[in-house]
Amino acid sequence: MAKLPKPDELIKSIDWTPPEKDWMDDVPPEIKPGRFCYPAKKNILEEIGFPNPRDWSPLDEDWKLPSNFREIIIEGMKDRLSKYRSFKLFMDICVRCGACADKCHYFLGSGDPKNMPVLRAELLRSIYKGELTWQGKLFGKLAGARKLTEDVIKEWFYYYYQCSECRRCSVFCPYGIDTCEVTMMGRELLHLLGCNINWILEPVRNCFKIGNHIGIPPHTIKEIIEYLCWDIEEVTGLKIEVPFNKKGAEILFVTPSGDYFAEPGIYTMMGYIILFNYLDLDWTMSTYASEGGNFGLFTSHEAMAKINAKIYHEAERLGVRFIIGGECGHMWRVKHQYMDTATGPAPKNLETPKSPITGTVFEHAKSTKMIHVCEFTADLIAHGKLELDPSRNDKYIVTFHDSCNPSRGMGFFEEPRYILRHVCNNFYDMPENTIREKTFCCGSGSGLNTDEFMEMRMRGGFPRANAVQYVRDKHGVNMLACICAIDRAALPALMNYWAPEVQVCGVHELVANALVLPHEKTGERPRTLDMRQEPLKPEEEENA
Amino acid sequence: MGAVFALVTVLAFVMVVYLGVGVAGLKGLFGIVVPYAAFLVFLLGMVYRMIDWAKIPVPFRIVTTCGQQKSLRWIKRSRLESPYNNFEVVLRMILEVFAFRSLFRNLKAELKGPNLIYGSYKWLWLGAIAFHYAFFTILLRHLRFFTYPVPEPIQILDQVDSFFHIGLPHLYMTDVVILAALTFLFLRRLADPKLRYISLASDYLPLFMIYGLVISGILMRHFFKVDVTQVKEFTMGLVHFKPKAPDVGVIFYIHLFFISALMAYFPFSKLVHMVGVFFSPTRNLANNSRAVRHEPAPWWKKPKFKTYCEWQEDFKEQLIESGQPIDEDCYKKK
Repeated sequence: MAKLPKPDELIKSIDWTPPEKDWMDDVPPEIKPGRFCYPAKKNILEEIGFPNPRDWSPLDEDWKLPSNFREIIIEGMKDRLSKYRSFKLFMDICVRCGACADKCHYFLGSGDPKNMPVLRAELLRSIYKGELTWQGKLFGKLAGARKLTEDVIKEWFYYYYQCSECRRCSVFCPYGIDTCEVTMMGRELLHLLGCNINWILEPVRNCFKIGNHIGIPPHTIKEIIEYLCWDIEEVTGLKIEVPFNKKGAEILFVTPSGDYFAEPGIYTMMGYIILFNYLDLDWTMSTYASEGGNFGLFTSHEAMAKINAKIYHEAERLGVRFIIGGECGHMWRVKHQYMDTATGPAPKNLETPKSPITGTVFEHAKSTKMIHVCEFTADLIAHGKLELDPSRNDKYIVTFHDSCNPSRGMGFFEEPRYILRHVCNNFYDMPENTIREKTFCCGSGSGLNTDEFMEMRMRGGFPRANAVQYVRDKHGVNMLACICAIDRAALPALMNYWAPEVQVCGVHELVANALVLPHEKTGERPRTLDMRQEPLKPEEEENA
Repeated sequence: MGAVFALVTVLAFVMVVYLGVGVAGLKGLFGIVVPYAAFLVFLLGMVYRMIDWAKIPVPFRIVTTCGQQKSLRWIKRSRLESPYNNFEVVLRMILEVFAFRSLFRNLKAELKGPNLIYGSYKWLWLGAIAFHYAFFTILLRHLRFFTYPVPEPIQILDQVDSFFHIGLPHLYMTDVVILAALTFLFLRRLADPKLRYISLASDYLPLFMIYGLVISGILMRHFFKVDVTQVKEFTMGLVHFKPKAPDVGVIFYIHLFFISALMAYFPFSKLVHMVGVFFSPTRNLANNSRAVRHEPAPWWKKPKFKTYCEWQEDFKEQLIESGQPIDEDCYKKK
């Protein structure tokens, strides 16, 4: 694995001035270790029936492409141009005004000009023009057109896996050109040649066959959750049993497998469990639809639908009334913008979500019948249904990282903030140009949160981390809350690199810390530990 | 390189007209055939482009939300940045098309020591607004050549535009604005290394064609003082399909050629952004995809996936061992 430069060295290496050489001639790109992810393994591609399974490395001279790769790609482009208006339109209308150029976190952190969104799209656009339009064929380079070569494929692979599909550029584009759409198409085309990455496709395989990204079989899921319940007992004294695959439950709860697999996601998971138990909800998890996340979204529209379809299928089998989804970014892009169209309509047994506690009817989810757990909780707080002691989170000075997908694919800004303001006393937002719809990616989104990509993750995460440093220095922030499982997996590494004093948590971890349970109110067993089994008030411990 | 090519092309246009009209006297060709043909190409081309886009499905609701969604009643939502219904979408599009809303958000990132700073950067917005509105006003003003009698609003527009009464004939403010805006839009492409890197010949060419158009117009009005009566007779002739090429200076034919070239170039270049923006699925859809079901595209196939019952067969032993229920319905159905 590539050596990671020190933070100050990394900053010094950032230069936004592009080279003199024309970008079209600058192929193939110099493939640098630390800036690409390992290719999908041969057996993984075979198992999911993807083309051209083979052993190869992006560092090889010969990528073992099919001999007719040009025809494959050009046919693949034509096909997609006729299916997705976004693709065709975004190929046609860019004026290269450059408003997007310095909006991409990977560009800001690397200075590599092909990470400017406009140029990332131009990598594909130039081939579209050169191979499929008469203007491009006639005027070539003058019209920004070029021919498809093996070097171009290498360039595509390098740069379409240096885009986290965060859509920040799309906010600033005067025509709403969305690089995410371009990258999705770029990746779909690359799949046709077997150029893809293992960190995405192995989870996809696991999801198809076993039920979740990590490939945890059903009995192990139950075991893991039971372990978490022991931890909950340790912290709260409560013995809780989580219902699995329970037919006739009112609510199916779906969350990314990251939440029950690794720290700090597990603390958020404990938070959901404590909350649902406090409310005495009639809920169930499923060990079949055990993945809320969807690495299929980073693969192809078809793979995304195939993974998501299980959720409705399971909701139908169990006969639940509605679905609550956990804290996750790209998962919520799928649930909000794709689920209904791609895998709906929702099964007939589902009803418009209605909180059994407050009676609130979630009209805005009346078609998908699925709500975000933060919507559910914010509603509880607004109705005074939770007894909260925010001082239990006093050792934390909290800021909130808006995850890309809920922000720009959903407009999900106030719900988590509302919760945070009620469960902790110290909450400070980062500077306004780095949050909400202008939020920066964690640097590891869209399936790029792998170790071999670490340098690019630290570069891409630099703008986010830099804003965290700002509130750390100004307000003493030491906790970065987020509502995304990839964030919870990726931000600890990012913070460790750029702002080591800052920890990462999910919103519902803080909810569970602050939630005053009935037996705690009576003084029977006051809470002394947080979800991490660390003392709630460290200074008192020391004084004692 | 791109800029040089564009400049040479535009100069070549001037030469062609000079040789064609000034030397060879092909007034009919340049005064009648070329403008009609260009206008036809423009109309048919734009219609073709629009139909071409409209035919392609929008399979998913990929709205870019730039404000709070509609969820809980007590959370204030943003109607303009996250429209929930079609009326709000129209408002969002109006802001986008007439006020360049997204461009107005523009920021400029700067790396100062170890800190990334994002300053407001409205110059591009201002340049773009100035250019587009000046161009639009100039086009409207030109309606005085194509109408008789000239409608009052056009006359008023003309008077307002030349309000300062500088020189004779009076200088139009929009002429000054468009020249300044064009110069800004051109210089920023050269001055910013990032923009120079991404700019193509096809980015400079429309700028230079419009430069040519504007400069030839100004020269004609203020320096060569072309006979306006003859010009009006000619333009009214175009309108009534009884055109007669006017006996005026070559500068007029150069002006006419630039607008013709621009019209013909329009549908086949990036200039189609003018209509393309209306089709943009990240802007022209409502953010209500959880409340309203949107039918999939005709080509979309429902996915095939491993059903619960198939999965249960694979993991039956583990399910039983760990005390998870076995769904007997899986067997009943068979």
